[in-house]
Amino acid sequence: MKTQMTGADIVIQALKDQGVDTVFGYPGGAMLPIYDAIFQQNDIRHILVRHEQGATHAAEGYARSTGKPGVVMVTSGPGVTNTVTGMTDALLDSIPMIVLSAQVPTPMIGTDAFQEADTVGITRPCTKHNWLVKDTDELAATIHKAFHVATSGRPGPVLVDIPKDVQFAEGRYETPQKADLGHYKPQLKGDIAAITELAEMIERAKRPIIYSGGGVINSGPAASMLLRELAEATNIPVTSTLMGLGAYPAKGKHWLGMLGMHGMYEANMAMHDCDLMINIGARFDDRITGRIDAFSPESKKVHIDIDPSSVNKIIRVDLPIIGDVGHVIEALLKIWKSRGRKTQEAAIGKWWSQIDEWRAVKCLNYTPSSSVIKPQYAMERLEALTKTHNRYVTTEVGQHQMWAAQFLGFNDPNRWMTSGGLGTMGYGLPASVGVQIAHPDALVINVAGEASFLMNMQEMGTAIQYRLPVKQFIVNNERLGMVRQWQDLLHGSRHSHSWSESLPDFVKMAEAFGAKGIRCSDPDKLDDAIQEMLDFDGPVIFDCRVEKHENCFPMIPSGKPHNEMLLGDDSTENAIDAAGATLV
Amino acid sequence: MNALNLKKGASSKSAYNLQNLAGDHIETHTLAVMVDNEAGVLARVIGLFAGRGYNIESLTVAEVDHEGRRSRITVVTTGTPAVIEQIKAQLGRLVPVYNVHDLTIEGPAVERELALIKVAGAGEKRVEAMRIADVFRAHVVDSTLESFVFEITGAPSKIDAFTELVRPLGMIEIARTGVAAITRGM
Repeated sequence: MKTQMTGADIVIQALKDQGVDTVFGYPGGAMLPIYDAIFQQNDIRHILVRHEQGATHAAEGYARSTGKPGVVMVTSGPGVTNTVTGMTDALLDSIPMIVLSAQVPTPMIGTDAFQEADTVGITRPCTKHNWLVKDTDELAATIHKAFHVATSGRPGPVLVDIPKDVQFAEGRYETPQKADLGHYKPQLKGDIAAITELAEMIERAKRPIIYSGGGVINSGPAASMLLRELAEATNIPVTSTLMGLGAYPAKGKHWLGMLGMHGMYEANMAMHDCDLMINIGARFDDRITGRIDAFSPESKKVHIDIDPSSVNKIIRVDLPIIGDVGHVIEALLKIWKSRGRKTQEAAIGKWWSQIDEWRAVKCLNYTPSSSVIKPQYAMERLEALTKTHNRYVTTEVGQHQMWAAQFLGFNDPNRWMTSGGLGTMGYGLPASVGVQIAHPDALVINVAGEASFLMNMQEMGTAIQYRLPVKQFIVNNERLGMVRQWQDLLHGSRHSHSWSESLPDFVKMAEAFGAKGIRCSDPDKLDDAIQEMLDFDGPVIFDCRVEKHENCFPMIPSGKPHNEMLLGDDSTENAIDAAGATLV
Repeated sequence: MNALNLKKGASSKSAYNLQNLAGDHIETHTLAVMVDNEAGVLARVIGLFAGRGYNIESLTVAEVDHEGRRSRITVVTTGTPAVIEQIKAQLGRLVPVYNVHDLTIEGPAVERELALIKVAGAGEKRVEAMRIADVFRAHVVDSTLESFVFEITGAPSKIDAFTELVRPLGMIEIARTGVAAITRGM
């Protein structure tokens, strides 16, 4: 291979050598040389989105459903400022993403040139790292380094800013094997002494719980298998964050369901009353902990995480183990087995009886209706009719997202794509596009709210162009439901701007894009309508008209501990005090 | 100084209750951070402090290994023990950072700062300023008939003490470098 080539060709060659087959992007003036190079090759498929934010979420969907990094290409100025939300989303949810942005030619940098923005300045706080490449000779090594940083340790988004003259100029190409990747090398293997201590803690624990998170999924499928083995072998119950759903199967017998603000009663009660909490790849997010000084008061806490800054950030733990969760669980299992596979069997049996009592509360119960579709009913039917499919689910953000997390069951990792940390409305549709690109034959459903859907609805155009049969399942309550729910709880039911007025006709919108539109408002016809959606070979917008006033329960009100959950509307009176009202 | 007033159960920077088992007392720590001397590295470090609401009391940076292109950043910061721990962990995960040393814990350490202080005046005040400079071993590095520029090196507290004494004698300008620090012994 020749080693001298133009910067634009270096970009393409570097992507090929990194094993990239798909990029999501949008061209523009400063990006033209790279787009010319894309035009002249067939190895990398470029997906033209309709808005750069869509490219980032599509790349996130691609990355989360494949375990490979997502790649985005955008032009300078507005092209890259439109990616800020997606990069922040990927940063908070630890999604590997490489954004290649164009910049104005180096002599024009700093002159307020047309479509110039201080890209590395703007994106510094929303990337794991970023680079401005001023010399074509350094371009290949920088791109290889970008992939290394994005995918090593705790994954995250990175950005490489490439001025137009650097794309035109000739420079030296270096392969990933030869490139200097710098000194960034996160610790993967956990400390054996600490892991042995954890094995001892497991041997002594009477009320243990595994609290797993997105780190298990990020660690790769092997980590999910090891988590399952750990739970089965030790008979320890498992709960998971929103990000970690699927790492332990929903049909598994140690599964308690999701925990947190809208998590399962049994999961939160078990978190509160446990005597050993094993946090595997989660980060004690505020949606999980509730009131910190009342968080799981009687437990010894163990935290396994690849990022040292996650440890003791919010909750002080008794035993931190820094390392990749896959490596750590593997070592833990080995050590625990070699010590004789001991657990407090009888005590854990009693613990399970207690958990069964909590389960009997049936916290997801809701008042059924024969005249309107309850959103929970819509989720139950969607689950019933799709669970045997090769299914991937994305969501937007809000009540529908929580209902989807509560009612849909995930039995494998990488099947559930939702914006957890940042809570980005408008995530789900473009994410579903990215997932379907990666899995053309799978059933990809975006469970959406009508308000979130409108935020990036232009990406229906992308779905049509690339013949992506994504199913947009809109739980339409004509409300910004979660905002309205909080206004009910905290602001005297003064529904300030929390309804969707002047909504488009979603069926006509589907048809205008060239997709199929389905509307259903009758619970008796819901199954048939969902089946019609599944049978249609192409993209569908499903306008599911649901009960407008339904609120999402169970719920830990802000400022309250895990054992003070609200189980339904009747328990909401004065649920949140003044201190809780200041929280988000 | 813009203290991060972290109280048990409340924080000015976050809506959330920050657990604070380690106590509420604010400590001052001197951190030595070795970094790649690449474009934007200082902005990255400063941005981390600003974005997460940490304090910077003093910050110095210079390339210390020209061949390896490495810089040493010395930053003096304040916070509760939990916040200091978090600052170190956050610094440690920045890609261009090699290592973070807490000289306050790893010490004992030598901390030195250099200041240039301009004192204007005549007559007895001028003589008195010279006398005090002598006591503090400050050097005169510039002199006119109406002014001196003193150079003084020492711990920040020594510089504070010196400036307190010469301020009433006609101190009109001061430039301080911020702290450079290194551990004692091997």
